[in-house]
Parts: sequence; C-alpha cells; structure tokens
Amino acid sequence: MQKVFPFFLEAAWITVLLSVLTTILGLILGIIGASARLSRFALLRFLGAAYVSVFRGTPALIQLFILYFGGPQIGIQLDAFEAGVIGLGINAGAYMTETMRGAIIAIDKGQIEAARTVGMSRGLTMRYVVLPQAMRLMIRPLGVNINAMIKATALVAAISVVELTYTAQRFIGSTYKPFEMFLIAGLLYMIIIYITGQAVAWLDRKARIT
Amino acid sequence: MTDQKPFVDIRHAKKSYGTLEVLKDINLQVQKGQIVAIIGPSGSGKSTLLRAINDLDPLTGGEVWLEDKQINKKLPHRQYEAHINQVRQEIGMVFQHFNLFPHLRVRENVTLAPKMLKGITDAEADKLAEEQLDKVGMLERIDHYPSQLSGGQKQRVAIARALAMNPKVMLFDEATSALDPELVEEVNLVMKKLAEEHMTMIIVTHEMSFAESVCDRVLFMDQGVVVEEGPPEVIFRNPTSDRTKEFLRKHLAGQHP
Amino acid sequence: MGLDFTVIPQYMDIILWGALWTILITLGAAVVSFVGGIVLAVIALYGPTPVRLPFRIFSFLFMGTPLLLQLFLIYFGLVQIGIDVPAFMAGIIGLGLHFAVYNSELFQTGILAVDTGQIEAARTLGLSRMQALRKVVVPQAIRDVIPPIGNNMIALLKDSALVSVIGVSELTLSAQRAIGSTYRPFEFYVLVAVIYYIINIFMEAAQRRIERRVQASR
Repeated sequence: MQKVFPFFLEAAWITVLLSVLTTILGLILGIIGASARLSRFALLRFLGAAYVSVFRGTPALIQLFILYFGGPQIGIQLDAFEAGVIGLGINAGAYMTETMRGAIIAIDKGQIEAARTVGMSRGLTMRYVVLPQAMRLMIRPLGVNINAMIKATALVAAISVVELTYTAQRFIGSTYKPFEMFLIAGLLYMIIIYITGQAVAWLDRKARIT
Repeated sequence: MTDQKPFVDIRHAKKSYGTLEVLKDINLQVQKGQIVAIIGPSGSGKSTLLRAINDLDPLTGGEVWLEDKQINKKLPHRQYEAHINQVRQEIGMVFQHFNLFPHLRVRENVTLAPKMLKGITDAEADKLAEEQLDKVGMLERIDHYPSQLSGGQKQRVAIARALAMNPKVMLFDEATSALDPELVEEVNLVMKKLAEEHMTMIIVTHEMSFAESVCDRVLFMDQGVVVEEGPPEVIFRNPTSDRTKEFLRKHLAGQHP
Repeated sequence: MGLDFTVIPQYMDIILWGALWTILITLGAAVVSFVGGIVLAVIALYGPTPVRLPFRIFSFLFMGTPLLLQLFLIYFGLVQIGIDVPAFMAGIIGLGLHFAVYNSELFQTGILAVDTGQIEAARTLGLSRMQALRKVVVPQAIRDVIPPIGNNMIALLKDSALVSVIGVSELTLSAQRAIGSTYRPFEFYVLVAVIYYIINIFMEAAQRRIERRVQASR
C-alpha cells in the first residue's frame, strides 16, 4: 500500500493542474460566450447559443476524443494533457456561459432602467450597475460548475493522462484491490473538491459583505 | 349538564412547550350530537386543544376519550401508531388552509383514505365520492384538481373528504378564516346542514354570529384556560367575565363595523 | 490526412446498434436512478439512525468522486467479490447508482418542501406515516422536482458514453470499433456526437411535455 502512495500523490498534482487550467479556460470562454449570448447582434447571439447547445448537448468524452484523436486529421496536434485542458475547458465554458448569462439576466430590470434614466449608456450601465451585482450572484453557481468540472477531469484517463482515475485504474489492475484504490483516489478527489468549495464559499462571503 | 356519559371527554388537559403553558388543566365534555364552539383570541390555546383531540399536538398531561376509548394512550411506538390510525378514522378534521392533496383530483381526494383503509372497491369508492360531494354541492367538480377551485369550494371538498370516512365527530379548525368574505357563507351552509343531521361537532371559530346560530354550547378560552362556558345566548348576550366582555366588544366591533 | 466521410455508410449498422444500446442503457439506468433516488431519499430522511449513517457515507462518496472512477470500482469490485455480471449490467448499476445519489438530493428537498399540512391532513384521515408518505408526500415531491430530475436524466445520457471504458458496446465503443478498422476517428466521433445530440433533443422535448402535463395538478 505504501508503494502506491507516491504515485497517487503525483497523480493528484496532475488532477489539480488540470482543474486549475481548465477552470481558467472555462471562465474566459464563459465570459466570451455570455457576452455573445447577450449581444445586440443576432449573429453573435446565434453563435453563442450554438456553442452552448452543441457542447452541452453532446458527451464531454466524445468532444475530448474528437479533439485528441480526430485533431491530427484537421491539422491540430496536441499531446494528451493539452487536449485534456482544451477539451474540458471548452466544455466547461459552455456551462459557465449559461451560468453567467443566468446571473446577468437575473438582475432586476428596474436597476437597468434607473441607470438609463440618469443618462448612462448601455455599456456603462452594464459595467457599473449590472455586472457588479451579477458577479455576486454567479459565484456560487460557478462553484457548482467547477465542482462538476473537477470530477470531469477524470475523463482524460481515457486518453491516458496519468491523473488520479488513470492511476487508480492502473493499480486496480495490478493489485486486485479495487476498494482500496477507489478509496485512496476518492479521498484525494474529495480533498481537492473540499478545498475548492471552501475557496468559493470564502469568495462568496467576501462578495456579499461589499 | 346531563348525567349521560360524554361522547368526547377531555380531562385535565395540559400542554406546555418548555416553560410556556399553552393549556392549563382544561376540561371539556361533549355529548353525542352536540355542537360546541370554542372562541377566544389568537394564542388562547383553542386550536391546540382541538388538535389534541386527535393527538396531532399530543398533550403533556391529561386524557382525551372518545366514547369508551382513550385517544392519547401511552403505548409503545408501534402499538400507538396502530391505535391512533384507528382512532383518527373516527374523527374528521377540517383545517383552516384546507390541506387538499393538490396532486389528486377532487374524487381521489375524497376516496384516498377509504380506499386505503377500508378496502372498498373502485365502484364503491366512486359511489361514495359522488354521495359525499353531492352533499356539499361539489359533485360537478368531481374531476377537477384542487388548484382549479375557489377557497370555499376547496373547503367544501375538504369537508366531504372528512365525511367519507364516516366519522363519529367532526373537528373544524377555523374552517372559514382563510376565505374571502363572500365565500364564507357557502361553507357555513354545509356546516349548518351537518348540524341539522346531528353530527357531533367541535368548532374553533372567529365567526360569532355563526357560532350563535348553530352551536349548543360556547367556550371562551384565554391564555390556556376556559374563562367562561355556556349556551350561546348567555355567552354572547350576558357574559359574566370581564375578559369575555372585552373580547366580544373588540371582536364584534371588528366584525360589524 | 484529410477528411473522408464516405467510409461511414458501411459501418452505419454497427453505429446504429450502438445507439440502440445507448438508449437502452440510459433508460435502464434512469429507472434505477429514479427508484433508487426515492428509496435513498426516504431512508435519508426517515430511516432509523443506524441505517442512515452508512447511506450518508455512501452518498458522500458518490457525490465527491468522478463517475468514471465509480464505474471502475463497480466493474472490478463486483468481479473481486465473485459476482460476474455482464458489462452492460455493471454499466446500468454504476450509472444508475451514481444518478440515484444526485436524484436523492432532489427528492429530499422536494419531500421537505411539501407543506406539513399535507401530512397532517393524511394522518387525520387515519393514514399511517408510510401511507401518507407514499400516497401524499412522495407524489407531490416527485411532481415538484421533475424539471431538475429531467436535467439529471439528460446528463445521464451523455455520461452513458463512459461505460464504453468498461467494455459496454454502446455508441461510443461502436465508434471506436469502426475507427479501429478505418483509422478515421474524426469522422466517426463527429457522427457519434451528432447522434447523441439528436437523442438529447428528443429527451429535452419529452422533458418539456412531461412538465406541461404535470402543471395541471399544481
């Protein structure tokens, strides 16, 4: 049992790295996607909606496979880790787009009207009135997205990235101790998720005070 | 008071939440076919007393009897459950907020308990539902959902639901308090009809004129005690207690401005 | 290497069989997760304490870990304790249990949100606690949580792709087989994505229909 532990710790580090990079990419794509969804231009709105619909409407695993295995056919050469980050990030971005859009449209119309009646432009209203309020609303649901995404990083085991699930699977095969390996990997996942959850809760509290 | 054995018998009822005493040694005897109204300000303990009769709010002291059966018997959990489910079938209850089952049609609201507890057939259940709903004037709405009914109609269905179990006594917990004023009368009419059929009823109410016209006896409760009780003409026309007078003065002033 | 979609037709029957299996596994797991979710919710809320604790731990573990890891555990774990089930059964059990835990959370919220007056009304008619739960509380809870349960079932469809890794010949694994002999991953994975997307659209339409029908009994 002691022998496998260093491997799990190293794998956990890969999972953390994947999670962090995927979150960053997801947030960036979420901002772009939500802006498109709420744009004045019909074409942008359509593209935003199509992005959300396609990436939420198909399995993340298939998206990953298209990118990693199919990519070379259309001139995209990525190693498994890069494909994992980009594939999962694009997928997470679709969910985050909807979360951000939801928070923005949840802001009371009266707020927008109040800003417009004092002569603020659409852009200024968005920046100084709507977004600061929406930001607070979206922290918690984004936390839910990130929680789901951390668990979704397990999918890259299917393209042989040596993260937690891949490592657990490998040792289940060699030690025939499925429950023990599951518990080790499971606990490490739960620690990562717990710390992330605490961070989100802290941000949420901070946003509520101001 | 007659010498007849009481039908519903509440002896030394006590109820407290921690140090707060809600009922302080209440006695109430109701004869078969009698109609008793309980009035009093909110927080007087009148609803608690009513809910103690079918053990929804169990007493902390005292006994409640229906005929020769003690309702709030101390029994091991399993036996108590079997006992109380049996007893409750004999006691109909009508709530302020109707508590109709929103996921069931009017018909099924009425037949759910008889079907589950009395093992009647579907045909018998349909007949029962039609009879009871006809009695409260709701037969036309038999296939509606509760959300499609007015408050007064909901309450009439709730009464039919209780009657379908063929109860020995009916408890009304402010049955008309949540209704718009113009809907109160239709529910009162149904209750009057039950009175004419000599149903034993215990009614917690704010409707003084209704209580006066229908009831045989009125209890005025305040702060967990029965301040005064007697025939309605005495309680409403010549109360002896100052607290009763004060309550009636405020209340009647509010009711008939 | 370029793209060549003309290889698809000759493998279409394998792919469609795979799609059928995906639908069957999704339905099977949906039933397990629905019934299991209700049972778990009732136990979590009303079960005796010694039963509640292991169920809590079970829920906690299943909510905090990836589905893929759970599938490995169930598939290899069952073999380990001497139960040899076909891969597709292991897939249904794994997917079903995973979503049962998520559904259970929804059902619990739904059950707790049912007005206490409803239980009181049922109890005053003489129904026992279990009868009141079964006939009055749980049906209302189900009705109230149908939209989020529907979302879980749509998520289940997409997550059913994961059972390919434990060897269930559903849509994803069928694609992999076709790719194995054609070396055309892009074409087949895009095809499979389109099929998932179509099933997804049907499920969303079904969800909207059910929600509309349920509206009447509110």
